Amino acid sequence: MTLLQVEGLGIDFGGLRAVNDVGFAVAPGEIVSVIGPNGAGKTTLFNMISGVYLPGRGKITLDGRDVTGMAPNRLAERGLSRTFQNLQIFQRMSVLENAMTGCHLKERGAILSDLLCLPSSRRRSAVTKARASELLERVGLARAAEHEASSLSYGALKRLEIARALALEPRILLLDEPAAGCNAVETEEIDHLIAEVAKSGVAVLLVEHDMKLVMRISNHIVVLDRGEKIAEGSPATVSRDPRVIEAYLGTQGAEAGHALG
Amino acid sequence: MRLSRKHLTLLVLALLIALAPALFPSNFYYRIGALIFVNGLAVTGLVVLIGFAGQISLGHAGFAGIGAYACALAPGYLGLHPGLAMLLGAVLSGGVAWLIGRPILRLKGYYLAVATLGFGILVSMVLANEAKITGGPDGREVAELGLRGALATIGIGLSNAQFWYAATGLAMLLGAWVALNLHDSPTGRALRALHDSEVAARTVGVDVARLKLSAFVISAVYASLSGSLLALMNRFITPDVAGFLHSVELVTMTVFGGVGSVPGAILGAATLTLLPQALTVLQQYENLILGLIMMLVMIFMRDGLLPSLMRRLKGRG
Repeated sequence: MTLLQVEGLGIDFGGLRAVNDVGFAVAPGEIVSVIGPNGAGKTTLFNMISGVYLPGRGKITLDGRDVTGMAPNRLAERGLSRTFQNLQIFQRMSVLENAMTGCHLKERGAILSDLLCLPSSRRRSAVTKARASELLERVGLARAAEHEASSLSYGALKRLEIARALALEPRILLLDEPAAGCNAVETEEIDHLIAEVAKSGVAVLLVEHDMKLVMRISNHIVVLDRGEKIAEGSPATVSRDPRVIEAYLGTQGAEAGHALG
Repeated sequence: MRLSRKHLTLLVLALLIALAPALFPSNFYYRIGALIFVNGLAVTGLVVLIGFAGQISLGHAGFAGIGAYACALAPGYLGLHPGLAMLLGAVLSGGVAWLIGRPILRLKGYYLAVATLGFGILVSMVLANEAKITGGPDGREVAELGLRGALATIGIGLSNAQFWYAATGLAMLLGAWVALNLHDSPTGRALRALHDSEVAARTVGVDVARLKLSAFVISAVYASLSGSLLALMNRFITPDVAGFLHSVELVTMTVFGGVGSVPGAILGAATLTLLPQALTVLQQYENLILGLIMMLVMIFMRDGLLPSLMRRLKGRG
């Protein structure tokens, strides 16, 4: 069963073909990673799938429905949630409020009841607060809940973004380099977290540079180079693929094989 | 239970409003106080728009104009009670904000500033030029609200200045309560979120266009009520209430006091209403010193008067 299906997806920036004819599928509970050298078009691909960029070509299907070019907030309503490579934290809000904002779709209600602080508004906020606190606990940020988000370390902010994305209770989660800038311990924590999320039936689409992490947790890997898909398959298949090795480290294949293996 | 920040803020505001008259040397100070509260109400609306949602407007005096002239015209032309005219003005302002906000709020930053500026100028031009209806640049008399007389018959005798001090103070307090409610509500969180990162707000499901529009409408209603109160208090109104200068004044008060903070913006309104009065002793140097103080505050207290002071008090400055 497929949750997310991408077919022939492409986009140009000016004359540059940033992404061209990329296709793959993600099933519930599956972890699919998109890898490739810098500038291969991984983040651009993510931005198209999450509705931030309008694709120039191709089709995106979510749960059997065509969602190509749909706005991010509509996609969120359909259960698609994401994190960002260059953090997009709500800096002037507290850590807890950041996580609470992830519950927006469930907690939004009549503005009038929010303006007058009616019981329904307070009830919605209370439910959200409990839910967000649970998620902060899960990513190890419970003790920082009341701090201003801008005071957190880079690794902690990465985890906060994951907590916010999980607050949507997504059916598919897009993680853009969740382990970038994190130390070994933090990477391992994120590793566990992703595996746990997938186990609960959420489809995970991952962009990550940490090859050890990718090889360990992915069910399926899609390799991009210069905007095109050059290989696809299980971690074992992909790491032996000569085109992948070449794309990663030019012609110094032996070294590349070592890095990927 | 510990007093929440919202209730503490409201308590301090209420105490200040109630206790300040003890220090008033003359009746004139009630009028200054009422002016502060009228401005305080308008800047609270701007906190919602600028401080929460991160959208600028240099035309909000236009809505104050709509509110003021609703009170000036509706009693004569439609036979409405001035109090109802105030409500009519608020509904009208909200409606106009909703209409113009849809196209205008797609703009960002200085483009948005110029577009809202245009709206403000439009309103003040209409008010100045439609002299047959509005009285033109010379202004127009406004009917008596009548509430003071009603209070007198039930034994609460207030001077005119005292009545308006109490009425506008109460209105500002209510306005602050509503804005503080919004701040910590689901809608308020979504507004502040889109202020910090529109793309992230979108990806958690926030309908950014709709929420910006809501903030614009809410702040327009605040400005409108502020204009209505000014008209009813002064019993006279001129198109200046909708003028560009008034718009800029309101934004300046908001940013000066602390754009993200309701009590901050109110402090800004109080300071910038009081300072020109206090500086009159300097005669021709008045504007020079006023400008200098404003520059120094913005250079050394970038977040505005109140947030910067609070941070210094907490020892993080």
